[in-house]
Amino acid sequence: MTFSYYPGCTLKTKAKVLDKYARASAEALGITLEEPADWQCCGGAYTTSADEIATKLSAVRTLNSAKELGRDLITVCSACHNVIKQTNYDISNNEDMAMKVNNYLKLDEPYNGETKVYHYLEMLRDVVGFDTLREKVVNPLKGKKIAAYYGCLLLRPSKALAMDDPENPTIMEDFIRALGAEPVIYSQRNECCGGYITMEDKAQASKRSNAVMDSAKDKGADMVITACPLCMYNLKTNSDVDLPVVYFTELLAEALGVKEQEEA
Amino acid sequence: MDNKLKEQVLRSSQVNVLKCMRCGKCSGTCPSYDEMEYHPHQFVYMVEKGDIEKLMNSKSIYKCLTCFACVDRCPRDVQPAKIVEAVRLAAIRQQGNNHLIPDQIPSMLDEELPQQAIVTAFRKYTK
Repeated sequence: MTFSYYPGCTLKTKAKVLDKYARASAEALGITLEEPADWQCCGGAYTTSADEIATKLSAVRTLNSAKELGRDLITVCSACHNVIKQTNYDISNNEDMAMKVNNYLKLDEPYNGETKVYHYLEMLRDVVGFDTLREKVVNPLKGKKIAAYYGCLLLRPSKALAMDDPENPTIMEDFIRALGAEPVIYSQRNECCGGYITMEDKAQASKRSNAVMDSAKDKGADMVITACPLCMYNLKTNSDVDLPVVYFTELLAEALGVKEQEEA
Repeated sequence: MDNKLKEQVLRSSQVNVLKCMRCGKCSGTCPSYDEMEYHPHQFVYMVEKGDIEKLMNSKSIYKCLTCFACVDRCPRDVQPAKIVEAVRLAAIRQQGNNHLIPDQIPSMLDEELPQQAIVTAFRKYTK
């Protein structure tokens, strides 16, 4: 099965690891990811205001390019996922915004929310299936206690993202189980790491990141996994808690036995 | 009280502030609560009163992390984060009122800082 694949700015730069293992693992699972030639940065944060049109256009261009190819769209970075899904939700539900966006873009055919967007984890759950994934694991991560960090961008606002129960999510825990490891449930798994506030207020980012990492460590986690380059940065550099943080795709590649060949 | 600003914030956010029942859950769940002079529930009732300029001049508008916790956890679906965003936009859309300028960026960088942080900060702080 072939999908349009949107890497976003950071997967091409500071989060190449997240991208590399996403591609290698998809290949091992028989999924073809095709990167559109002309994608633009999503902007990192969705501007919720109804009178903001220009800030939504790059996401619409990405969505429309998948539509023109007749493909569903896959995102990996939590922020891209959030921006693209919120844009798609609003353009589907707000006629006035859809009209203004289409007036601006002058596409061959107006875009009105037709493209289906999957986060990579949703693709694993809904297209591949966690049972099939479990069968394809060659290197089960037995005995590892892993804390899934959802943060804020994967789940909320839940009406638009529709990925999982925003207060009691299971998708990443089911993913961890499929890889043969044991998920650790902790209270801060869906609270914010501080995000971009690290740019101007390190103390606040540290407070948030330490709260998340302390909570995971207290519940006995051996490691934390994330889908977000900014969560990765905050949890690693703005927290004093000694606990490894890795991208979920790296863990996936390890379990599928494709990590070493990527490194070779 | 400035009715024009109030109308702009209501139109831009599409929020019905009258739905708020003052339970305070938005502020209770806000990860930036301690850093804010005005808290999410105060944004909602101050906009209702038309007290917009106080909010526009407060650092609180730059403390929202856009985590959408207040949006998802509000029992009345008021969506306070959209109010904060609309007030911040009203502030930074004014000439010369950007909260972040490109010249500041080099001093904020370190080896690991992801591009995502920079583009997000620009989107939130700059017009």
